[in-house]
Amino acid sequence: MRKLLNTLYVTQPDTYLALDGDNVLLLKGDEKLGRLPLHNLEAIISFGYTGASPALMGYCADRNIAITFLTQSGRFLARVIGESRGNVVLRKTQYRISDNEEEATKIARNFITGKVYNHKWVLERMTRDYPLRIDVEQFKIVSGQLSDILREVRNSVSMESLRGWEGQAAVYYNRVFDQMILQQKEDFFFHGRSRRPPKDNVNAMLSFAYTLLAKDTAAALETVGLDAYVGFMHQDRPGRASLALDLMEELRGIYADRFVLSLINRKEVTASDFVTKENGAVLMTDEARKTFLKAWQTKKQESITHPYLGEKISWGLVPYVQSLLLARFLRGDLDEYPPFLWK
Amino acid sequence: MLVLITYDVQTSGAGGAARLRKVSKACQNYGQRVQNSVFECIVDAAQFTALKFELAQLIDEEQDSLRFYRLGNNYKTKVEHMGAKPSLDLEDPLIF
Repeated sequence: MRKLLNTLYVTQPDTYLALDGDNVLLLKGDEKLGRLPLHNLEAIISFGYTGASPALMGYCADRNIAITFLTQSGRFLARVIGESRGNVVLRKTQYRISDNEEEATKIARNFITGKVYNHKWVLERMTRDYPLRIDVEQFKIVSGQLSDILREVRNSVSMESLRGWEGQAAVYYNRVFDQMILQQKEDFFFHGRSRRPPKDNVNAMLSFAYTLLAKDTAAALETVGLDAYVGFMHQDRPGRASLALDLMEELRGIYADRFVLSLINRKEVTASDFVTKENGAVLMTDEARKTFLKAWQTKKQESITHPYLGEKISWGLVPYVQSLLLARFLRGDLDEYPPFLWK
Repeated sequence: MLVLITYDVQTSGAGGAARLRKVSKACQNYGQRVQNSVFECIVDAAQFTALKFELAQLIDEEQDSLRFYRLGNNYKTKVEHMGAKPSLDLEDPLIF
């Protein structure tokens, strides 16, 4: 299996990225902040209005190092992609399935199966680990409801009913989400999802985690030669990486949600890490974003055994492995797309 | 794995300064300079072979010397730093 390389995060808005030989140079005015060999990097993510030299972008595009530009608050701006990778036959298959609702539903069904299954196990884990701090009975009921939905999802034949069941699963899951916050209850609570803008601390963190995950997934899809912008379930919209959003559905709960929860429960973030704007939007401070990224990167380096491949990989490679499996399914090497089923 | 590279390039003779510059550039492409002629490179076996080959082309074997210390994958316990110019761990989260 491929090795997970490191990701460079640039959070200071006045840093310029340049290429020197096989190194990336971080320049702040005339001062040199750092110099890193690019062969150790998997991706570069820059926050705020930093610049990067065209030479660097070209070098990275050529070597499959993803450069992503986000705003200071973590909203996606642009991604540098090079020449299309993989083969055109694979992408054509992807487009054909995307246009064929029946075929697309079959794949979407597996994405949603993975999502609901993983959400269920997030809840089950909670009842196992913290039986005295949560309402076990309620968790068991919700877990049962998710099991029922799982059956319905397996039998869904239309995208519409699939979306319906997904929504229903989210309603059940969100109902107990607040209980999974075990620490700092007065500052961190979840009363429902709000985005664009997020209206509370937890939503601000969830949004940021989803952005990072979507970016990782899009890069992984491009690496295996798929088009991250043509999805099966998420409708096409200019600038939206629909396939990345499809593929990350199954990872939201176990990857992003659990990550955010653990930051709160381990008190790695506190109320002082957030600022509220006049319009009610809640943003993370720059300092908090650094803590967040550091923890995110550490999480990516943790290793797990992939349930389908049975191989030890790092968490950060999961989007890549799933993309690989999706590509194999599209090529006809697998009968079905195997979602990442976590337990 | 982490490979430590040190070199001595004879600069008094003809073309010495140019060789030094080239060797330093090549090392820089693969790793980070931790002291004047000491580099730490995180490379896999293939990259290491490529780097060794590249450097062998650059030096004059009569006058210059290169040393490679392989510190393996669990190098973190083997490296200690004292004093100025702390280095960056390329496998830790990189946030600037």
